[in-house]
Amino acid sequence: MSPFIDYTLHLGDNSLILGQKNAEWCGHGPVLEQDIAITNISLDLIGQARNFYQYAATLIGDGTTEDSLAYLRKEREFKNLLLVEQPNGDWGQTILRQFFFSQYQYLLFQQLQNSSDKHIAAIAEKSLKEVTYHLRWSSEWVIRLGDGTDESHQRMQKAIDELWRYTGEMFEAASYETHVDLSTIKEQWINKVKKVFDEATLQMPVKIFMQTGGKEGKHTEHLGYILTELQYMQRAYPGCEW
Amino acid sequence: MIAKTVDKETIYSYLEEINDPEVPVLSIIDLGIIRDVKMNSDELEVVITPTYTGCPAMDMIVATIKIQLATLGFKKIKVTQVLSPAWTTEWMSEEGKRKLKEYGIAPPNPKQQVCDQKLFAAAEAVQCPHCNSYHTHRISEFGSTACKALYQCDDCKEPFDYFKCH
Repeated sequence: MSPFIDYTLHLGDNSLILGQKNAEWCGHGPVLEQDIAITNISLDLIGQARNFYQYAATLIGDGTTEDSLAYLRKEREFKNLLLVEQPNGDWGQTILRQFFFSQYQYLLFQQLQNSSDKHIAAIAEKSLKEVTYHLRWSSEWVIRLGDGTDESHQRMQKAIDELWRYTGEMFEAASYETHVDLSTIKEQWINKVKKVFDEATLQMPVKIFMQTGGKEGKHTEHLGYILTELQYMQRAYPGCEW
Repeated sequence: MIAKTVDKETIYSYLEEINDPEVPVLSIIDLGIIRDVKMNSDELEVVITPTYTGCPAMDMIVATIKIQLATLGFKKIKVTQVLSPAWTTEWMSEEGKRKLKEYGIAPPNPKQQVCDQKLFAAAEAVQCPHCNSYHTHRISEFGSTACKALYQCDDCKEPFDYFKCH
């Protein structure tokens, strides 16, 4: 498969897996409005994934469809970031995961909307409008919880300890990832995160060892469980339609 | 009917009959999602654009367009989706905005105010579709569908949906 197809799948996989994780909150959000918010974000992300998969499917040809890409690939074929497959944890951890990712996606899509590939540029341009909402919403929640009660502050700090090690991978280029300037994105990302953390009275973590591998298909143990649920129907009843 | 005798105006009048399944008071013309109609003897292509990336209504809209236009005698009807330039609420017709308000949904403000990154910015002033008061506040920036936010009027106390600018 060409590097460009791999890259398109990587973008789709990030959105699909995070969309799937967020969807687990459906009916379980801390309050109704935020339950609706997180599942709306889920819907946007799955919509992004569909756009990337539809495009990848036309590039691959051979009868591949958006559905076969989502439902019939194995764990090692998924190229999503380790960050997006991490457990939901408490509300704080889900919020932080969304904030890290939305900030990244915001910067990434700004670059990609000028991509020489018209399809990728169009998906990025369209998605940016929604990502702006995701970023503002999750930033506000990080501040609200970080600068909230002792309990919420402590939980946010714990979520940072849990998730920070998966952020480095975003800026390590995979073999197929030649279309964006990740070092600029990294610098901007760190600055933005620091600004929000300062306002949230949260500590920026010290330099630690960063986990990588997701982009190349080497995942944490969590992805297998996600796919088991996500792909259950097509695995149990191949070709099933409804 | 024979496809060759059908003009664009007729096609548009047929499309005008199709409503957004999530906001049934709006036709897809009001929504501003029809980009183009191309005819080539007995083949027809309708170019549409999604409002929101994950809008689940799109598949249904595509299917309805095909069914609605099938009676016009075209051999082949193709519905193509384009993403760029991205849809904006500015493409919604004035008629559409009026219908939304009558239906109880506050129409998008003419000038985009919330599509920036500023945190904790004061909520946009949105007019209550029921009593026309501007004393309203935002309950949640995400609503019952991807395109709406939830507001409440401080005067008549009614909660209402706001079709947020995009």
